[in-house]
Amino acid sequence: MKEYFALFIGSLIVNNFVLTRFLGLCIFFGVSKSLNASLGMGMAVTSVIALSSMLAWVVYHFVLLPFGLTFLTTIVFVVLIASFVQLLELIIKKQAPALYNMWGIYLVLIATNCIVLSVPLLSVESNYSFVKSIVFAIGSGMGFALALVLMASLREKLAYADVPKALEGTGVAFIVAGMLSLAFLGFSGMI
Amino acid sequence: MKELWKIFYKGLFDENPIFILSLSLCPALAVTTSVKTSLTMGLSVLFVITANNVVVSLTRKLVNSKVRVPVYITSIATIVTVVQLVLQAYFPSLYKELGIYLALIVVFAIILARAEVFASKNKVIPSFFDGLGMGCGFTIAMVSIGIIRELLGNGTILGYAVFGSWYNPALIMILPPGAFMLIGYMIGAIKLNNERKERKKLERGES
Repeated sequence: MKEYFALFIGSLIVNNFVLTRFLGLCIFFGVSKSLNASLGMGMAVTSVIALSSMLAWVVYHFVLLPFGLTFLTTIVFVVLIASFVQLLELIIKKQAPALYNMWGIYLVLIATNCIVLSVPLLSVESNYSFVKSIVFAIGSGMGFALALVLMASLREKLAYADVPKALEGTGVAFIVAGMLSLAFLGFSGMI
Repeated sequence: MKELWKIFYKGLFDENPIFILSLSLCPALAVTTSVKTSLTMGLSVLFVITANNVVVSLTRKLVNSKVRVPVYITSIATIVTVVQLVLQAYFPSLYKELGIYLALIVVFAIILARAEVFASKNKVIPSFFDGLGMGCGFTIAMVSIGIIRELLGNGTILGYAVFGSWYNPALIMILPPGAFMLIGYMIGAIKLNNERKERKKLERGES
């Protein structure tokens, strides 16, 4: 139990995907302009990561490993995840239109995103068991959501600040992210 | 010939993938802790983007436009796997240092964007030069970030000590926060420079 908790906290805070591993930055800077959008995006990313990690684990351990095809991992995972997300989008659009309106648009954006691809790759690389890989996936997804919501709240306040003209927009967003990352650095060594 | 040079040149500065288009930022931050890793990453991307542009351009009349994105992704993933295997075989220590970021070349926005915007509409030779230019622009940006970070954070370039023993390395430049802040200021500096150029052009036009 303790092991799982450490893994969860580790992927949520200590090795936060956005702020210490730089994954998912395109979405991080693109969506963090409003708090509502970041909440929706955070939820979408977390669920997609969790589902695609499960799928990837099954494919890796029952197809790629027994047939000695591990050198194809990258190709298989990319195609698997991209088609899975497209399928998910279709199903949700048809079965749950209300849910689709809430975060369906984000699904299109994350079909080929580095964070969604990297979590399954990392958990395969570290030889996690099925349950461990799910815990790791949920932790990383929630870590992404946490960073996104923090950043969005900061940027909403930043809109009223007097920023040097050249740094407006992306420039200052990066510097704020740097400070956020500095704060998260304080957690390193916790586990 | 002049046309080709123009296609090549625009990727270097005017449409630099990292600084101007702000695409593919994850690797620009993650692997630029030293010049060596930045250069390896830059060259890998240069190879992938050029090879993929050629493949996409060659097959542009065969691929149905409805399934073009999955086809592009599969092609990119194949080329990336080749790069991974070559690096793993000949430069195992570098392969380990780049880690997961090498596999993530597959989802770099810049590569898919060039396939979609340029290679799917142009002949093979211009597409080749477009990929070469974009790849070189990417490599230049990566190496320049790598030089600054390694110099300030470690006092060395490519492992050779540049400053004397009096230099106390600013460790933050190698850690994640330093990367974010450095890129923030670099984007600001480039914006400032471009604005000044625009103003000068305007003044010249008026007089």
